[in-house]
Amino acid sequence: MPSPDAVVIDANGVDSLITSLRAQGFRVMGPVVANGAIVHREIRAAKQLPVGWHDEQEPGSYRLSHGDDGEMFGWAVGPESFKQSVFPSRSVLWRARRDGQDLAVEATGDDVAPEAFFGARPCEVAALKVLGGVLAGAASPDPVFTRRRETAFVVTVECGRPAATCFCTSMGSGPGAAADFDLALTELAGPSGRFLVRVGSERGAAVLAGVASRPATAEDHRARDEVLGHAVAAISRTLDAEAAPGLLARNLEHPRWDDVAGRCLACGNCTLVCPTCFCAAVEETTDLAGTVEETRRWDTCFDLAHSYLHGGSVRVSTRSRYRQWMTHKLSTWVDQFGNSGCVGCGRCITWCPAGIDITEECAAIAASDGAVKTSEPTAVRDR
Amino acid sequence: MTMRPTLAVWKFASCDGCQLGILDLEDELLSLVGAVQIASFTEMTSAVIDGPYDVSLVEGSITTPDDADRILAVREASGLLVTIGACATAGGIQALRNYADVGEYTSTVYAHPEYITTLAESSPISSYVKVDFELRGCPINRYQIVEVVTALLAGRRPVIPGYSVCEECKMAGNLCVLVAHGTACLGPVTRAGCGALCPAVNRGCYGCFGPADTTNTASLARRLTELGTSERGISRLFRTFNSAATEFSKESLEHDA
Ligand code: SF4
Ligand code: SF4
Ligand code: SF4
Repeated sequence: MPSPDAVVIDANGVDSLITSLRAQGFRVMGPVVANGAIVHREIRAAKQLPVGWHDEQEPGSYRLSHGDDGEMFGWAVGPESFKQSVFPSRSVLWRARRDGQDLAVEATGDDVAPEAFFGARPCEVAALKVLGGVLAGAASPDPVFTRRRETAFVVTVECGRPAATCFCTSMGSGPGAAADFDLALTELAGPSGRFLVRVGSERGAAVLAGVASRPATAEDHRARDEVLGHAVAAISRTLDAEAAPGLLARNLEHPRWDDVAGRCLACGNCTLVCPTCFCAAVEETTDLAGTVEETRRWDTCFDLAHSYLHGGSVRVSTRSRYRQWMTHKLSTWVDQFGNSGCVGCGRCITWCPAGIDITEECAAIAASDGAVKTSEPTAVRDR
Repeated sequence: MTMRPTLAVWKFASCDGCQLGILDLEDELLSLVGAVQIASFTEMTSAVIDGPYDVSLVEGSITTPDDADRILAVREASGLLVTIGACATAGGIQALRNYADVGEYTSTVYAHPEYITTLAESSPISSYVKVDFELRGCPINRYQIVEVVTALLAGRRPVIPGYSVCEECKMAGNLCVLVAHGTACLGPVTRAGCGALCPAVNRGCYGCFGPADTTNTASLARRLTELGTSERGISRLFRTFNSAATEFSKESLEHDA
């Protein structure tokens, strides 16, 4: 039986959905083509969406192509994720000014308008949850993240055309959307556009109420199953998420770490494009007038200074930094937060200038599991 | 009232661009001269106060025997010595002579090469004297000067990045020109500091700030080869303003057919 919570809209319906969100006060952030990539910008109308655009992704390479199929969402993920919206690359935490003997501290506040994450892929929605497990689940939840995530309206769009770098099927995060959205769209085949819309929240229902739609039929649901079936079949990369935590934990001295260190640039791109990486550095600066400013900015475990403690950096070699990143993503994250730190979006594969592929690295270690006996991971030669 | 610390600015073999960067500060210049006493800065004023100086900013590389002596005197007269720019920190563009025969150059350029006394190599200041802090870049980012002086006055560590230009790209929201356009880019091995100016306008990074804290130039060179950059092209990429920086020098020689 078709769920009563599902309706069908056409291309005009997508446009009125955007209008409806704007009318409710959301800043609608959606996919647009800019400079040869699909990125997130504020959108006002459906005509700004990347209609007919497709992305071709390979390790270290991303290219767009255009077809006349009229598909609105015929692409996978771009370099940006909605992490930017909930965890900005730079935020001023507080300012202080010396006032005689006193120090006047001024909170900087965070008063951006609530955003609608329009066209977020299922893996991105999963990533927001993973990020929330780190930033919002802690004893002292991050105020910027918490506020922005709670006010955000999520319109997820299920995937019909995964990229060659996607592996969400391995991580249980896609290509279909199961939860944590306000509205979920699936683009079905149809002459003037046909989108199945499922409602995930009361807010979602309220926004959808203003959009012309018809109830979904069994045929519409079958069409959705077909789209997702094709997507699943198109995903070629795999990662054994179940085995990874133990595999990596017992292979800290595997020779593959040296091999990958020979290729890794320690540039940090993989972590910066990753929708779940949350490392930040807090920098304290002063100006000549005596104002103190505390700023948080994105950081990466690939940076030498990231592991700087008194007297020097803990992770000096690129080997130890790559290992830190990958073991955290796939293994120690599970110990810490109860889930994997990876949702299989493939960004770290595409946007690595050296084309290093986390699935390939993991498979290489599995192929010669135990190649070198585990020794103390803190041994000096590991640095 | 406490005495303002004295600041001196010195020039060796250079184009003066970094010193001009200080004068370009416009908005901050007045607060800067309010916070420190400019004791010697002939690009700005001919009024010179005798040393010693609390802080010296040194621009330029060492290319002559005279300068090799003069830098010892500057070091002697300075509390803290901060080198500024690619010339002072890595020998500058003039270090291209390190890959050629300087005698051949002088005889081609000068009618009387016998009047020219010059060293075979252009070297960074740090190969002659102890340097307390280095500001990279061709030219420097002038706001890094303000940051260093402000930090010194406040007794804190200057916030100057050692990470790659890629990190600046991502924080600025630049699209990666290497991955998305196939453009040769030195960003992954280059120190941040410029604000990722070139990738922001769809050009590859030219490496103006020299090697980052950690580099893997060989891996980047392999990728550039895959993208179609010639051996000579790779050598030239690594051989510009920071050609004498160890990591870049080594890689440029690898591809020097
Ligand atoms: S580790 Fe890579 S594939 Fe996994 S979520 Fe991060 S960017 Fe995506
Ligand atoms: S894995 Fe790739 S993107 Fe990540 S630091 Fe290494 S070279 Fe850079
Ligand atoms: S454009 Fe260059 S500097 Fe920027 S991310 Fe790409 S490789 Fe790094």
